[in-house]
Amino acid sequence: MTDHDATPDLTGPDLSESYALSINGRDREVADAWLGESLLYVLRERLGLPGSKNACEQGECGSCSVMMDGLLVNSCCVLAADAVDADVRTVEGLAPDGTLTDVQQAFLDAGAVQCGFCIPGLIVSVHDLLDRAPQPDELEVREAISGNLCRCTGYGRILQAVQDVAAARTAADAQEDRP
Amino acid sequence: MTTTTCGPSSTAATGSAPAVTGSAPAVTGSAPVAPPGTRERTQRRVRDGLGTSADRPDGTPKVTGAFAFSSDLHDQRMLWGRTLRSPHAHARIVSIDTSAAAAMPGVVAVLLAEDVPGKATFGLEHTDQPVLARDVVRYEGEAVAIVAAEHPETALRAIRAIEVTYEPLPLLTDPAEAATTDPIHPDGNVFRTLPLRHGDVDATGDVVVEGTYEVGMQDQAFLGPESALALPSDDGGVELFISTQWLHVDRDQVAACLALPADQVHLTLGGVGGAFGAREDVSLQVHVCLLALATGRPVKMLYSRAESFLGHVHRHPARMRYRHHARRDGTLVKVEAEILLDGGAYASSSTAVLANAVCFAAGPYRVEAARIDGQVVRTNNPPCGAMRGFGVVQVCFAHEAQMDRLAAALDMDPVELRLHNALKPGDAIITGQRLTGTAPVREVIEAAMAHPLPPDPREDEPAIALPGGAGLTARREDVRRGTGIAVSIKNLMYSEGFDDYSTARVRLETSPDGEPFATVHSACAEVGQGFVTLAQQITRTALGIERVVLHAADTGVGSAGSTSASRQTWMSGGAVQLACDTVHHGLLERARGVLGVPDEPLVLEPGRVVDPATGAEVAIAQLLRAGPLEATEEHHHAPTSTLDADGQGDAHVSFAFAAHRATVDVDPDLGLVRVLQIATGQDVGRALNPRAVIGQIEGGIAQGVGLAVMEEILVEDGLVRNPSFTDYLIPTALDMPSVAATLIEQPEPGAPFGAKGVGEPPTISSTPAVVAAIRDATGKALTRVPVRAQDIAFGEAGAIPPTAGSTSAG
Ligand code: FES
Ligand code: FES
Repeated sequence: MTDHDATPDLTGPDLSESYALSINGRDREVADAWLGESLLYVLRERLGLPGSKNACEQGECGSCSVMMDGLLVNSCCVLAADAVDADVRTVEGLAPDGTLTDVQQAFLDAGAVQCGFCIPGLIVSVHDLLDRAPQPDELEVREAISGNLCRCTGYGRILQAVQDVAAARTAADAQEDRP
Repeated sequence: MTTTTCGPSSTAATGSAPAVTGSAPAVTGSAPVAPPGTRERTQRRVRDGLGTSADRPDGTPKVTGAFAFSSDLHDQRMLWGRTLRSPHAHARIVSIDTSAAAAMPGVVAVLLAEDVPGKATFGLEHTDQPVLARDVVRYEGEAVAIVAAEHPETALRAIRAIEVTYEPLPLLTDPAEAATTDPIHPDGNVFRTLPLRHGDVDATGDVVVEGTYEVGMQDQAFLGPESALALPSDDGGVELFISTQWLHVDRDQVAACLALPADQVHLTLGGVGGAFGAREDVSLQVHVCLLALATGRPVKMLYSRAESFLGHVHRHPARMRYRHHARRDGTLVKVEAEILLDGGAYASSSTAVLANAVCFAAGPYRVEAARIDGQVVRTNNPPCGAMRGFGVVQVCFAHEAQMDRLAAALDMDPVELRLHNALKPGDAIITGQRLTGTAPVREVIEAAMAHPLPPDPREDEPAIALPGGAGLTARREDVRRGTGIAVSIKNLMYSEGFDDYSTARVRLETSPDGEPFATVHSACAEVGQGFVTLAQQITRTALGIERVVLHAADTGVGSAGSTSASRQTWMSGGAVQLACDTVHHGLLERARGVLGVPDEPLVLEPGRVVDPATGAEVAIAQLLRAGPLEATEEHHHAPTSTLDADGQGDAHVSFAFAAHRATVDVDPDLGLVRVLQIATGQDVGRALNPRAVIGQIEGGIAQGVGLAVMEEILVEDGLVRNPSFTDYLIPTALDMPSVAATLIEQPEPGAPFGAKGVGEPPTISSTPAVVAAIRDATGKALTRVPVRAQDIAFGEAGAIPPTAGSTSAG
């Protein structure tokens, strides 16, 4: 769905594909779909999972971040039909209903949320970072989330939230290690 | 419904919180604030009331993904709308052939200008922009046709299948030529000319400095793209869920263009993914409603990012010539300026933006005389309108550069020079208006300077911390550090006689479990700033209850005015307070009856009303057994006047001040900059939610830093060259400096709770502070923002004052 395609196509998209995706551990059927649909579009418009956001749909902002087979991806840049054999995790699948992950709670406590449009993508990104690097220094955090644009916060409270989670996890680990 | 003015004149009646002078450290140190009238009477404080960093009511859904932004709305039967836009900046439409598009399977409607049933044009102040272009297009991206289709890809293919024949017309892209070129619109090419003459305009100073400055076109670049869902309603009207800044002004424009009575157009705020001025004008509102009515089905519209860059107004590019006159001791004698703003193809809010640029052309300084000539014109460039800072951003960049030039000419510390001329309460600005409220200009400057500078660079710092970052091209030994200061003044609320009132309805009742709760109904657009939190805090404190529910913002209650001009805390916060006061009154009335004390002054405490004389008390829940209490109130600010022929008059309600000190590292050969730190002092009146205030300050600074070093819509021959986040850069987490903020809390007389709006000032003086710091590091003149690599590497040298604060100031 690019804006700069020159030749008009007078036929309209072929809406006849059917396939199954694995989203947040559940099998989901997709029917009567166009093969050109992005994973982001299918999540949002076909599967009722609009938590992943669509700020650019060009791979530039990270608002659509999801985990695919354990890798952080921009779901706007993945064709849904290419995700057929993958394990897809979205922001909706991070915590059981009615609960929050430590990262989500820390975002609230630190005041990291304003309009919130960037936030689901950032939450997914920060989970990924802290799984890979439990004690990142400030530059590492900045680099890790530099693919997630936020226009409201200036990132200050977001960086605070990430540091708070890292510190709390480290403290919890130290507790566990104590004899 | 009662109407109440809460301006300076009513201060005595409502009482004001005691003055707090000096500065409070960021986040900590703010005492809870009670609304006027309840402060003395409320002895025990309710949880999460005013002055606390209460949580956002929409916080949890925003971190789980459950919060519904307007782009998340979905209806089983909905169609997808899409807009065909002009590829030309100025052209005559010779013909439009929609037959191929209309014949495509899955296409349900294709509409053109002749399908608009009502008013053919819309606009905020002047309705000069066609809903759909009929004969002529005046900018790249102007809407020409709209389609509705079963699938977004079908809609996209359909607009590509519409054949439009254009005949290009001569381009007017240089704003300096607009006034003398043939009109490109029946309303002419000049939106407004505004002269200002203050004091002895022939006065001269011992020292005179001149400069010419330019500001590029900045975009608001909110993350949530324009989007809406429109549903035809049974009465022939339309229901619109929309992300906007001002529901009622949208409603009125939609109704006029659809030829519907206003009460058949019902708008509800869809979740808003940021705004910053770009949602003040109509974009897709009329289009999506037209399609819903034409098809009889729900229609969703969602702009792509490229379309968003073309589909909303931008910050006005500016060209400014300045001359400052001062005495040897640094006292400003006169400021002269010529300000030219490029308004682009349609008027939007251009006339008000110009008024701000002219009124604040001299900055937060006492100046004996001023001669300012401002003009905003029409061109074939993209339309410009509101963006955070609204006309003041442009002149602040220029007047602060001038202050540094003056400091250099006088061999005076730039901070000293600013302190020497800083406005004080009782002084007049160049419109002749006296500052009757607080004006802690000295305090904000001193607070900004008092923060420790960032640590010196370390040899072992990772390369990514150098200017240029991940490009890894700068070498530590080439990098030079600089600091700079800038100060700003911003008006709060609308100006020039405009009564931008706000309405709120508050209802107090008991839930089935017997607990009292309040419902607040306001049309105030929550765009991320946190009004929803504030409305709850005000209501909790005013009514002594914890449970406060927010009714969806919609046009089912009176207008709240726009979420802009740093006005909603004052205006809609004030309206909620007034409605709460009326309900509070009703509670006390009932309590007097129940306690049998008709004349006793009673006290509202959390959960109950108490008679302090006897200690007798009655629970709020019990008082509500007689039924709910409800009040709807309008809040009007103190009236302002228009500007006279000399640009003189009391045109503004209130003013807020901020100072920023920037520290940068620069590689002068490569022209690379890293902004390390912004230290700021900001005049906030009272911090009603300190954590939210810090969020506004940090976020505003990010946009100011963006304008200083990276953000510009590049327009060539009227065509936008970079409509994407690939090419229009906004600060990432790696670009954003650390922020050290001090809130200056001096309650503003006449402001509800003494609070000033906080959204705009951080964006205004952060830009010139960063540029001053780059000048300090490089010795370059840098008279244009954003500063580009070539301006640093190859730009001409400029006069550099002694480094900010190198003498005595902090
Ligand atoms: S929406 Fe996918 S990166 Fe922006
Ligand atoms: S909170 Fe608005 S974009 Fe990040």
